[in-house]
Formats: sequence, C-alpha cells, structure tokens
Amino acid sequence: MNILAYIIQKEFIQIIRNKAILPMMTVLPIVQLIVLSNAASNEVKNVNVVVVDMDQSESSRTLNHKIIANDRITLVATSFNTNEAHFYLQENTSDIVIEIPPDFENDYINGKQPKIQLLVNATNGQQAIVGSGYLKAIVASFNAKLIQKVIPDISISKQSNTTISSRYWYNPELKYTHFMAPGILAQLTALLTIILSAMNVVREREVGTIEQINVTPLKKWQFILGKLIPFLCIGLVLFTVGIIASKLIFSIPILGNLPLLFGYTTLNIIAVLGLGLLISNFADTQQQAIFVAFFFIIIFVLMSGLFTPIDSMPKWAQQLTVGNPLAHFISVSRKVLMKGSGFWNIRFEFLYTFILAFIFNGLAVWSYKKQV
Amino acid sequence: MDAITVEHITKKYGGVLALNDVSFTVGKGELFGLIGPDGAGKSTLFRILTTLLLADKGKGTVAGHPIVNEYKEIRKKVGYMPGRFSLYQDLSIEENLSFFATIFGTTVEDNYDLIKDIYVQIEPFKKRLAGKLSGGMKQKLALCCALIHKPEVLFLDEPTTGVDAVSRVEFWDMLKKLKTKGIAILVSTPYMDEATLCDRIALIQNGEILKINSPQQMISNFEKPLFSINSTETYRLLNYLRVQNFTESVLPFGENLHLITNKPYEVSQIEHHLKISGFSDSTAKTIQPTVEDIFLDVSQPVN
Repeated sequence: MNILAYIIQKEFIQIIRNKAILPMMTVLPIVQLIVLSNAASNEVKNVNVVVVDMDQSESSRTLNHKIIANDRITLVATSFNTNEAHFYLQENTSDIVIEIPPDFENDYINGKQPKIQLLVNATNGQQAIVGSGYLKAIVASFNAKLIQKVIPDISISKQSNTTISSRYWYNPELKYTHFMAPGILAQLTALLTIILSAMNVVREREVGTIEQINVTPLKKWQFILGKLIPFLCIGLVLFTVGIIASKLIFSIPILGNLPLLFGYTTLNIIAVLGLGLLISNFADTQQQAIFVAFFFIIIFVLMSGLFTPIDSMPKWAQQLTVGNPLAHFISVSRKVLMKGSGFWNIRFEFLYTFILAFIFNGLAVWSYKKQV
Repeated sequence: MDAITVEHITKKYGGVLALNDVSFTVGKGELFGLIGPDGAGKSTLFRILTTLLLADKGKGTVAGHPIVNEYKEIRKKVGYMPGRFSLYQDLSIEENLSFFATIFGTTVEDNYDLIKDIYVQIEPFKKRLAGKLSGGMKQKLALCCALIHKPEVLFLDEPTTGVDAVSRVEFWDMLKKLKTKGIAILVSTPYMDEATLCDRIALIQNGEILKINSPQQMISNFEKPLFSINSTETYRLLNYLRVQNFTESVLPFGENLHLITNKPYEVSQIEHHLKISGFSDSTAKTIQPTVEDIFLDVSQPVN
C-alpha cells in the first residue's frame, strides 16, 4: 500500500512539473466549451436566397416581401434571368433560388394552381432541408392568406383545422448551448484522459525508465493503478472546472444529483483510462500511441451523439455505440444535468460503462508485460 | 555458491544470432567484465540475466535462483543499471533515490551505508532534476539507485560509456569498494583499458565468448612475439608489413604499430630488416600485450 501511495505521489510530482498539463486542465476546456458550445451548432440561422420574380404582380411582390421580412433569410439578389440565378447557386453565394413564374397571379385568379420552383443547393443536406422548410412555411402562410382573400368562404373551413401547439420540456427556450455544453464537457474529459494515459506508459518506454522499473519487484497492478489514480483525479478536476465554467458562462441547468453525476464520471474515466493504458502498452513510441488514440477518439466523438443524434444512425451503428464510453458519458451528462434523471434512468449507461471499464482495464493489466 | 551461472545460453533475433552458446560463472564478491565491441551481445545477455528477456536455449541462475522460474526472487535481489540512463529525468536526485528505495520496500536510511561513499559526491545537488545532471553524476545516481536495496548481484551495462576520464576512474574505484562488501558485479564495457580493473574478464564478439580468464593471466598466457614499431611513415609501413611472410598480424595502435610475428625474432633483427627495406627511421621494441592486443588477436580471423 505504501508502495502504491509512493508511485501515485511520484506521478503527481511529474504531472505538476510538466508545464503543459496544468493549462491543458484549465484553460483548454474553458476555451473549447465556449467555442464549441456556441459554434458547433446544427441550427440553420441564415439562408441566402435569390428571387427570380417573372410575374411582377401584386401577389408576387407580397410573397417577396414576406420572404425578405423573415430574419433567417437574406436576400442576396433579385433577377429576371434563370441562368443568372443559377450562377449564384454555383458560386455558393446563394442557398436557394425561388422562381415565381410569369402567370403567377393570373393563375390564382383563374383558379389554376400556380407553381413556384425552389432550387436548393443540397451540398449541405441540413442547410437544404431546413432552408427549404422555412420557405415552404412562408409560402404556405402566404397561400392561406391569398386563398382567404380570393375565395373567402373556403377559408372558414380551413381554419377549423387541428392546430398543434408544442411545449419544449427540459430545454424550454431551445437553447442550443444547454444541449451542447453538457455533451462537450463529457467529450473533453474523455478526450484528455485517454490522451494523457495513452501517452504515459509509452513515454516511460521511450525514455527508458520502464526497463529500470521492470527489474524491480513492483507488481503489475501496482504499476497500472499508480498510473490510473492520478489521471482519474485530473479527469475529475477537469470535469469540475468544466461544470463550473458552463454554469457561469451558459448558466446550464443542473437539475440532477451532482454526486450521482460525479459517481458516473469516475466510472467512465476509469473505463477510458483503461483503454488509454491498453493503447500505451502496445505502442512503442508516443507518436504511435497518439495515432491509435486519435483513431478511437474520432470514432468515439462522431458516433457519440454529440453532434448527430444516435437515433438517426443506422441500426448497426446504434448497436456499436454500446462499446463507446463517450456515448454513455454524453447521454448521462445530458440526462442528469438537463432532465434531473436519477440512477434508475441511467442504469444501463452505468452497466455498460462498468463492463467496458472491466474489459479495458483487465486487458491493460494483462497486456502489460514486465519483459521486453 | 556462485552469484551468476550461465550455461549454454543462446538467443536469436529473427535470423541473427545475438548470443551463441554462452557459458560462464561469476562468484560472490567478484568483479566480472564482459569486454566486447558494440553489437557483441552484451546488452542481450544482461537482459536475459535480469529477467527482461527469455533465452531461446540454455539456463542460468542469478543469486541462486533459476532465471526463468524464479524471476520474481531475482528481481528482489539484483541491481540493474541499463546502458541508457533510465531514471526519471523530471525527478530530482533525492526523489529518484527514494522512489527506487520505496518500490523495493526499503528506505534510503536503511541502506545508506552502502551508497554513502557515492551519494556524498552528488548530495550537494540533491534537489536538482536528474535530467539536468552531467554524465558522471548521472552514472553515480544510477549506481546509487541500483544499490539502494542492497542487491546481491549488480548488473552494470556499459556504465562508463559517455563519461569523462576522471569520472570513469572514480567509478571503477567505487566498484572495487562494492566488491569488498560481497556484491557480485557483472559489468560490460567496450573500453579495453578498463578490462584490467576486473577480477576476470570474458572477451565477447558476435555473440560468442572468445576467452575467459583474469586479465593478468590472459596477458601472461600470451606467448606470441609482440613488437611495437614506431615510424614516421606509419601508413606505408603498415601496408608493407601486412604482406610480409613473418607477419601474423599488424595493427595500428595510436601512433605505433603492433606487430605479431609467426616466430620469435630479436628486436635488432626486426629493426635491421626495416632499415634495409627503406624504413630507416623506424624503431622497434618488445612489449607486454594489453587486453586489446589479446582481443584483436583472438577476434581476428587467421588468414
């Protein structure tokens, strides 16, 4: 026990002497939180539009004004030439081209169905779908008003339609930062701890100290635990700093039980550290370790539900996330902070993370050989 | 009981034979030197004996324990100083020392008398980080760390490589003192001049042991006629001697040539021969062989 305490103490001395780690623990997470929570947004806040109004009637102008009046839509240009409008799409200056045909108003009055064409730049699917959605909504409301004006009797029956009113629970103002910050917090903690641990054992190998250590009667578990505990502490400090920062900066909700969240965080960090140590055992140089760790990090982050919901992934990918500690972490962080979930609501995350922690650490102890 | 026994140890890396049927023993309190050039297999042998590496064939014991089955016991009883400085560069002298004391389950105070002579030399810098020490001080610290648990056997892999001449002399003095405390020391070095400081030496090349004996015995057993020849035209003389019938081998040693002849000659005979062959200013004398002469003699393939 004395030996273990001493190894941990030694590890801490080394960490404190390493000038890179302290800023990594404090400044980096706050910067990332601020930047990512605000910037990594899926919201479509601005759609650039080019209007080709061939009709130039009262109705078409009304529609035009309605479109421009929307604060999420910016009118880039108006044109009378379809080819010119296409040029804007090609140049990427416009996301959508709206073509109002020459007989737009006439067709209305004559009871025909006038057609408006939307040409959407779908390179970015999200932008395309949401942007055209905005425009469809505008056209629909314009339509309703116009029909009311032209054929007043029909509109009465239209208005008795079912209306939907939704209330947004857990995030009533639909604040994107409230959703992102808890996820990014989890991601940051996992990312830093996996890198630190992956670099550590391999660093001893590079510097040669491991050769000296291996000739001592030091037990494998003492060595691994001596590495794990200091990094666990760092991870918890980082997570705490992150929570305080997100509370102060974004005033994120903290509805759930914090000890529960920290309990889960501890378990999750242990799992991630186990993976880091496992990588470290198989790598010969820090460079190799970083590349392998990066491979896992990219997969973990992109398949964690941080940016894209896990529910919208294909079935096989959804099943894969069971092995992704970051996915569980993000899920728990959001559930506990935003919804105030208790232990029962996150029992599966606990279970899966426990299994992962067991597997990763078991393999790490097993694969650490005190021989060359 | 011998401190180290090595019997027919063989190790291959891929197709390369790193050690070929190596056998020797080291007694208690003996300073045993492995003398050989880089790549001779010295470090591989150290790793096998310190239980870091498994041999392909052969067996051995260290401090009475078989190297494969009782490796855990061995790790408690040996001190190892790898060829490369392997202490924590970001820990101070003091911290390194107490770290290694602790993982061996002891304290610096308990075994202070063993390291005292060495430690006092680096003690003034005990707060300095190991990475910021000079080469000689690093070696002293590494030796302290290898000794802190009172090992029965000490393995020193090229301890003086990259260390200045004064520190090297000091280092060997320290080894002599340690030996008197009953610690068996296996030391490897590429420097032939250090060989005479050992009790016994093994000359090793290409994974094979060429000769084992005490350096004094080796020198007195050397019966070939050996001459040192000085000339102003060393290179021309070297080329000339290489093709002579009486030459067994001729090698440059500093500014002299060491000539081994295939039968005994008088110095005057040699000098006379050189004079009539156009090397009028050359002088010859009979010399005692050094370990280097012996090494080069046994390692050279005879034509």
